Amino acid sequence: MHDQKENGTCQEVQANITQFMQEIFHTYKKQKDNLIPILEEVQEKFGYIPKEAQKEISEFLEIPMAEIYGVITFYSRFTLEPKGKYAISVCLGTACFVKGSRKIMDRLTQRLNIEPGQTTEDGLFSIDETRCVGACGLAPVFTVNGEVHGKATVKMLDTVLDEILEKEKTVEK
Amino acid sequence: MKEEMINLIIDNEHVQVPKGTTVLQAAKQAGIDIPTLCYLKEINEVGECRMCIVEIEGRRGFATSCVQKVEEGMVVHTNTPNVLEARRVVLDLIISNHKIDCLKCIRSGNCELQALARKFNIQDVEFPGEIIEHEIDDLSPSIVRDFDKCILCRRCVATCKNVQGIGALACVNRGFESCISTAGNNSLNDVNCTFCGQCIQNCPTGALHEKETIQEVWEKLKDPESYVVVQTAPAVRVALGEEFGMEIGTNVTGKMVTALKRLGFDKIFDTNTGADFTIMEEAHEFIERFKENENLPMITSCSPGWIRFIEMNYPDLLPHLSTCKSPHQMFGALIKSYFAKKEGIDPSKIYVVSVMPCIAKKFERQRPEMKVNSIPDVDNVITTRELARMIKQANIDFVKLEDSSFDNPMGEATGAGAIFGVTGGVMEAALRTAQDVLTGKDLENIHFEQVRGTEGIKKATITIDGKEIKVVAASGLANARTILEEIQSGKADYQFVEIMACPGGCIMGGGQPIKSSKIREEVDVKKLRGNALYTIDEKSQIRKSHENPILKTIYAEFLDQPGSYRAHKLLHTTYQRREKYRI
Amino acid sequence: MKSLEEIHKIRKEKRKELDLRTNTKADTREKHILVCHGTGCTSSKSPQILENFKRILKEKNIENVRVIKTGCFGLCAKGPIVIIRPEDTFYANCRPEDCEEIIQTHIIEGNVVERLLAKDIDGSKVQKLDNLSFYKKQKRIALKNCGMINPEEIDEYIAFDGYKALEEVLTKWTPEDVIKTISDSGLRGRGGAGFPTGKKWELTRAAEGTQKYVVCNADEGDPGAFMDRSILEGDPHAVLEAMAIAGYTIGANKGFIYVRAEYPIAVQRLKIAIHQAQEYGILGTNIFNTGFDFDIEIRLGAGAFVCGEETALLESIEGKRGQPRLKPPYPAQAGLWGKPTLINNVETYANIAQIILKGSDWYSSIGTENSKGTKVFALGGNVNNIGLVEVPMGTTLREIVYDIGGGIPNGRDFKAAQTGGPSGGCIPKEHLDTPIDYESLKNIGSMMGSGGLIIMDDTKCMVSLAKFYLEFTVSESCGKCTPCRIGTKRMLEILEKLCEGNGTKEDIDKLEKLAINIQKSSICGLGQSAPNPVISTLKYFRDEFEEHAVDKVCRALECKAMAKIMIDPEKCKGCGLCQKNCPVNAIEGEGREKRAINQDKCIKCGTCLTSCPFKAIGN
Repeated sequence: MHDQKENGTCQEVQANITQFMQEIFHTYKKQKDNLIPILEEVQEKFGYIPKEAQKEISEFLEIPMAEIYGVITFYSRFTLEPKGKYAISVCLGTACFVKGSRKIMDRLTQRLNIEPGQTTEDGLFSIDETRCVGACGLAPVFTVNGEVHGKATVKMLDTVLDEILEKEKTVEK
Repeated sequence: MKEEMINLIIDNEHVQVPKGTTVLQAAKQAGIDIPTLCYLKEINEVGECRMCIVEIEGRRGFATSCVQKVEEGMVVHTNTPNVLEARRVVLDLIISNHKIDCLKCIRSGNCELQALARKFNIQDVEFPGEIIEHEIDDLSPSIVRDFDKCILCRRCVATCKNVQGIGALACVNRGFESCISTAGNNSLNDVNCTFCGQCIQNCPTGALHEKETIQEVWEKLKDPESYVVVQTAPAVRVALGEEFGMEIGTNVTGKMVTALKRLGFDKIFDTNTGADFTIMEEAHEFIERFKENENLPMITSCSPGWIRFIEMNYPDLLPHLSTCKSPHQMFGALIKSYFAKKEGIDPSKIYVVSVMPCIAKKFERQRPEMKVNSIPDVDNVITTRELARMIKQANIDFVKLEDSSFDNPMGEATGAGAIFGVTGGVMEAALRTAQDVLTGKDLENIHFEQVRGTEGIKKATITIDGKEIKVVAASGLANARTILEEIQSGKADYQFVEIMACPGGCIMGGGQPIKSSKIREEVDVKKLRGNALYTIDEKSQIRKSHENPILKTIYAEFLDQPGSYRAHKLLHTTYQRREKYRI
Repeated sequence: MKSLEEIHKIRKEKRKELDLRTNTKADTREKHILVCHGTGCTSSKSPQILENFKRILKEKNIENVRVIKTGCFGLCAKGPIVIIRPEDTFYANCRPEDCEEIIQTHIIEGNVVERLLAKDIDGSKVQKLDNLSFYKKQKRIALKNCGMINPEEIDEYIAFDGYKALEEVLTKWTPEDVIKTISDSGLRGRGGAGFPTGKKWELTRAAEGTQKYVVCNADEGDPGAFMDRSILEGDPHAVLEAMAIAGYTIGANKGFIYVRAEYPIAVQRLKIAIHQAQEYGILGTNIFNTGFDFDIEIRLGAGAFVCGEETALLESIEGKRGQPRLKPPYPAQAGLWGKPTLINNVETYANIAQIILKGSDWYSSIGTENSKGTKVFALGGNVNNIGLVEVPMGTTLREIVYDIGGGIPNGRDFKAAQTGGPSGGCIPKEHLDTPIDYESLKNIGSMMGSGGLIIMDDTKCMVSLAKFYLEFTVSESCGKCTPCRIGTKRMLEILEKLCEGNGTKEDIDKLEKLAINIQKSSICGLGQSAPNPVISTLKYFRDEFEEHAVDKVCRALECKAMAKIMIDPEKCKGCGLCQKNCPVNAIEGEGREKRAINQDKCIKCGTCLTSCPFKAIGN
């Protein structure tokens, strides 16, 4: 029940979060409708919404933490854990679906052995489903850290993954 | 102004109701009982479960009768084949995602979902499928959450947020994954929950319930080494009968004592006497503070949910709290000191069980402050519901029991102690003593009508000995928050504040018999139980705590006087700043 | 701050400067290279094309040629798109490395770069945009400025009569005049439900209260729909202008645009547009010195489809979970923070200024009896010309698919079209000639929806399509009411069973029963319409459902569990292409040997199917 993983958050990170929160609180009024804009900023800054940030927002806007947690878990853009170094999104919009993006997703989950919304244990990859990135002309489409790969095939995905793995291997060495 | 009336037809019956009435209420008036699940009068009127759907002629789709207001000429059908099918599908879907273990469910027999399933004779789930499983949260001393039984009616969320102003529970996730949970899905033990238990009172199923501890009581009762003492809170006696089918607001003190005797307790004491001690201490504490104009307003401290609330949310105001322990803790401490000594029993052999209308008391008794010389004042707290279960398990036919009286030497309590169980009662009891002490007279006016009644906030100015005392009694934590904000901002200049965590006071505590939404729609439970306590007071020989002969004896023999060193050691406590979120 | 006189001056002078954009015979030595910067073209490197053009022009010291970033031209399938005006030359599928040649051949030498011209449906190369059959049947009202102006330049918007309608209304019209004109025009909400816009404005104006709000619903969430995004990216000021007019009409001085955060370009352009409008004093206090105040704030949607439902959107603006409210009360009575609120969608707003300027008669002369004006569709799926089209109401589906869309690729047959996304329904072949308007679509079990139009060829399995939409609805259901929260999940489970070959005929009946009851008993539009894709596919393709349930066959080969991909040894020539392309090395055989598929390894991705030149691979 307790989130063991985050117990280890080091003080430095926490100080960082506190500082950032204090900075952005200056730019917002204490109005409940600022919750989502503030969460957007935190998500943007940290790539997820740390628990410490939730606590600070709860104090600042006087909204119970459970309710903030409810908002975070309602909107798919907000995440509770950091995304992978390579965040891969597969478009499952209709245009891409009709052109076979499900196969791309299946291959991706099979290769990385994680489900959409998860991050690999080494923190290298995370997978997400997106709905229409607007590149319907290039369907099916997947993106790696926002870069669009259009007219995608299973083979193309494999190539992209292999290239990343190769690159990471060299970095390690 | 005359109320505007609306005419409509429900299931071919002409109905006339005041403007603003809902279709559900109008139907009720016509003798039509539309099923509901998420609906809870004045607390949760959101139309989410879709059980109460009806057809209104000329409308596309179904209307939500618990929310839909009546309109002139409206023609409503509540039982067409279409409606019945849709309602059955909705019910089937709810059950398809519900842990069906009625046989071992604490709410079996008093479950609103079960009642509907019987009404519709659901035998097989027509649309079975995946069921989301959750971990049971039983880490807190007070509440167990079994969300596999949750039907997402959100009554608990509305209660926690709107009635109590806490927001420990919220709806999280989305769609089929939605569930009612806490910040970060942590245990209620680690978040801002006050353990008031109002969520339990409003849960239609077994998703929220008290942490039962009667097994340990059974074991102690069978243990020849243990001297088992039981004490019962004022509010228990006016509600316990409901668990045996008796009318709401029946005073069953005598039967309760008989039942406890039959259960085998060595001594049966009345927490009302404990309440008399609380008044003695608290009234004197107030008089001191009032004279010195120190830490005013003084705020009462006998509601442990309320104490958790102020410790978490307004730690700066802690000095305003009376330092008095709550009645059962005081009484426990006296049982293990004065009584033990008098009877020559080793205090460590005494096992004190408190029967309380409250689940926060389960937490309270575990507080480190609630010990004297490392001996806990109270060893177990069980609720009214748990006591009823014990009585049933012991094969006792409660309704047929003869009356008997509490045991001596701590038996007789005053009427002032009895009204401790209702909002405004502690205030009234304290004022009865304070005015006598301040004036040095035996005053006859002991009714403080201004602080009686079921309202959430009751303000009054009382004149004692020519001095004006501004008082307020608030029940329900959202109301408590309002008062604290007034105090904190300096907007109010009260001298004495009574706060009870549960709306209406202990009579509506989280450990009391659970009344379905239907019953609560029809009768004012608060009022009935409250009146029963006031009747006990009326009929009491002695109605002022300081006139209780037992108190006089114990102060003379043992405690010296209110506020003495020994009284402080046994009967007073301290508070602590508490993290809202230990996550 | 600009005075009205200054704005008039800008309009006049800028218009002269931009004449060459609309007038192919413009008497000028200037040229404008328009580079599409819609999301589609941007993601295939149009910003680099723009940079390259600028760099080369500078290097070559060419003056009189300007490079302009514009919004979407619509023909996304041929992007990135470059258009050179005044001659209106249309270059398709441009790459950054093509810039050099375009400058050299087209700009310097005055010749057309043949190889970059777009091919029309008949295979002929077409030089001018207007000559492409894709554009011929279109009528651009909402998209008027898209691809025409630089959306980041307020002056360009003003040049094409921008903010003229606002000026007109603020200085000469009463709110009642506006309501009458909008009502008379017959404009209906383009978000999908088709509620008469004039009526909505009238109701909100009539609602009691001093504080009111104007909201623009730009939370376009239909998968495969991008009409609103293109308008915001290509012509953001049109929306701002209409919102200000709406504010004046209903008596509001505050507006919110709720836009998906997934549309970063649209958000950016809206921000720029609002800023520019504020600088010009077109938004803010005392607009055009008329005493009217109006300002607009952007709110980002954080990824919840249900927020496209108007009351969920309001909840979200208020900072809560986007869970729909029960109606009544409608937003016109009690909307944002309980105040009367007017909510319209982007495309609806995009029509307003032109209706004001050209009159209700002009607008109502377009379209059909009950559906006036035009509708923008995002055409996608198995169709040649994927992109954005705007057609008069009443255009038939056949015209859109074949004349504008250029038909189905790879010589396949049309099987069905899906309108209205997950809330809509499918239209089978026999209804290809249905005129597209609100009523006709409803009559055949579909709906107008916001404008997603997905074409499917005969390789698509309709059970799987229904499953796809239910997957979407299940993951986007807010979870508030029982039928949608649990019911759609149960429907999906039944569809999954069918697709896995484990379904029965009774399951189809159960599916239908659930569908009907969810439709009737859900709280909001999302739940009420969630069963539509199932109901309409059951209506037109029930035989396919039965094949899945009874015969355990998926004729489209899409349902993997029932498909067993095999190589026909008769037809296999042993070329090895399939083996080369197989991502999991499931194909065995060497040299010229006939190939065979190892079923244990096969992931049924279908790559081999498409790679076999001899059509030897099948079910």
